[in-house]
Amino acid sequence: MNGSEALLKKLKENGTDVVFGYPGGVLLPLYDSIYDCDIKHILVRHEQAAAHAADGYARASGKTGVCIATSGPGATNLVTGIATAQMDSSPVIALTGQVGTPIIGTDAFQEVDTIGITMPITKTNFQPRDSSDVPKIIDAAYHIASTGRQGVVVVDLPKDVLENEVTDEDMDAKLEIQGYKPNTNGNPRQITKAIQTILNCKKPIILAGGGVILADASKELVEFATKANIPVATSLMGKGSIPEDHELSLGLLGMHGLESTNNAVTDCDCLIAIGCRFSDRTTGKVSEFASDAVKIQIDIDPAEIGKNVDIDIPIVGNAKIILEKFIGEIDGVNHGDWTKQIVSKRWAYKPKYNFGCVPFKPQECIKEIMEAITPETIVTTDVGQNQMWMAHYFKTKNPRTFISSGGLGTMGYALPAAIGAQVAKPDEHVLAVAGDGGFQMVSQELATIKEYDLPIVTCILNNRYLGMVYQWQVLYYNNRISQTELAPTPDFVQLAKSYGIDAVSVEEIGKLKENIMEAFDQGEARVIEVKIDSSELLPMVPPGEKITKIVGEYKQEE
Amino acid sequence: MTKQNKHTISILVENKTGVLQRIAGLFTRRDFNIDNITVGKTAEEHISRMTITTYGDGKTLEQIIKQLNKLIEVIKVREMKPDQTIRRQLALVKIHAPTEQDKSEIIQYTNIFRGKVADVTPKTITVEITGKPDKINALIDLLRPYGIKEMTKTGITAITRGQKTL
Repeated sequence: MNGSEALLKKLKENGTDVVFGYPGGVLLPLYDSIYDCDIKHILVRHEQAAAHAADGYARASGKTGVCIATSGPGATNLVTGIATAQMDSSPVIALTGQVGTPIIGTDAFQEVDTIGITMPITKTNFQPRDSSDVPKIIDAAYHIASTGRQGVVVVDLPKDVLENEVTDEDMDAKLEIQGYKPNTNGNPRQITKAIQTILNCKKPIILAGGGVILADASKELVEFATKANIPVATSLMGKGSIPEDHELSLGLLGMHGLESTNNAVTDCDCLIAIGCRFSDRTTGKVSEFASDAVKIQIDIDPAEIGKNVDIDIPIVGNAKIILEKFIGEIDGVNHGDWTKQIVSKRWAYKPKYNFGCVPFKPQECIKEIMEAITPETIVTTDVGQNQMWMAHYFKTKNPRTFISSGGLGTMGYALPAAIGAQVAKPDEHVLAVAGDGGFQMVSQELATIKEYDLPIVTCILNNRYLGMVYQWQVLYYNNRISQTELAPTPDFVQLAKSYGIDAVSVEEIGKLKENIMEAFDQGEARVIEVKIDSSELLPMVPPGEKITKIVGEYKQEE
Repeated sequence: MTKQNKHTISILVENKTGVLQRIAGLFTRRDFNIDNITVGKTAEEHISRMTITTYGDGKTLEQIIKQLNKLIEVIKVREMKPDQTIRRQLALVKIHAPTEQDKSEIIQYTNIFRGKVADVTPKTITVEITGKPDKINALIDLLRPYGIKEMTKTGITAITRGQKTL
């Protein structure tokens, strides 16, 4: 068995049966082994898409996603996808090719220092220098990527390491990692203190982040919130941790959050943050963020506690385990008036749609999308206004069904992430919501969708602008619209059709919904372009301001 | 104003290529400061020990320690409390000393500070001294009037007093 075969065997042993990749010179040995192995290889059209797809696969399934790229430009093309996955704690293993060990450091053809480049954007990275090290490094990569605070592990594979012999003994070797022991259980004294605080406070709010979804703790979150009668706000990454039509759900908090939610968090006397890293997009001005509240933070990563916001009661551990302990101790608390009052304010808000407008209002698009899909449908979004409209108006019902680039804010994410999600969940409907800007960064992946017959429906909200940057120019730069107009956009219908994918441009109310449903029914990919009103701006909190200082109209009604 | 105190941090790491880059890179990326850094093997072949001195308030120090702990290659991190720590530095100083009188004075000063003469030429004398940074600086101040031609210092290395180990 050579290094390549050992590698693939280890992938299989660790539960991987599909990888996303793009071959190249130094990967010839690996791709030769892939030729007759039973791991499915999805050939993307750009390496960045391989990383996003592995990330989307991981977020939709909870399993570790694997992507492959060759040395040099292949590896550097992965970088954006690696950083995206790492920022959102998505378990991904990126396998990169490297020139042979005898010529490392000579500026050989397609050589780049992948370890050096990816060091600051990964959980860790490895470069086996001997084939015998490959099996134990792959085992370690899975262990590190999928435990503790999940993240990205890069394994950089020199060509000769892929070619040389690996023995059966090497396959059983273990890599000892002395310094890696994630704490999952939480300190019992801190847990007791937190429970006491929760029982004694009058105005509690839960803030649920992506960590709840990563820990598969959504069921426990809802049970705890219900038993303790506490309203739940979410960060963008926490969307789906509680069904957003649940009576205790407050929806999105932060820069683009709901006014009622931002006010509630500002007024609370006890904030229970679970798996949330207090990004500047969530907190606004930190010194005025929930400034009267006792703050409890539960996080698997000790370094997140107190990093951005001072914490009174820190609990280091896995959200599911800690919440189970909370549930065991708390039953039937009544924060009656507070909870009723906060919850009713949120539910008094209902999006107001400008029916019948041409071009469409984005809110109306989101409404049609919601009407067209089921709670199980996996929705991926791009970055910018399309993402925020979705975050704002779209009600996610299940965890792992709202997939979006939160931390890095990567344009072009929706389409390749949808590919990964669809491969992970072949029986579910997958809908990618993109803007015209982001879609143009990755439109070549329509070829991948066609080749593997993936029934992904892509909805392009086309406003002919880089909407979010345009919005900031309107609001904060005196309407000086610098380089954000994307006209002319391509004819998206013809573009998609040239890849052999059915496409339509929608101009009538109801047609978006109809097209989504029809495509899902037929089980075929479709691109649906909707020309939307480019003057429509989101309400938002100016950067660095307190989260109650909202600018812009909410477009909501009774 | 937050208090910018000096801290000495001792780190046990796996003795592998790239670990120094990882640690230095972490400091750069997170906007922490490295005042000085020394690295060397411990009694165990596969473990190295780094001593980093840094400036920052309590919150920064806490973040530095937590972020260091996240690195897979890091085995242990400790802040070294000033009153329980032995801190040492080495300096090599080449001084202009063209006359016998210069040489003899420089040797006397060096002896007072328990330094050693490492090299002599007709026109120069090179001394080595180890000790606390302020002791080294005191000797350097005495030698400066003769004309320091060249000087090199190591970073600070540190170990706990008494029976305690990292």
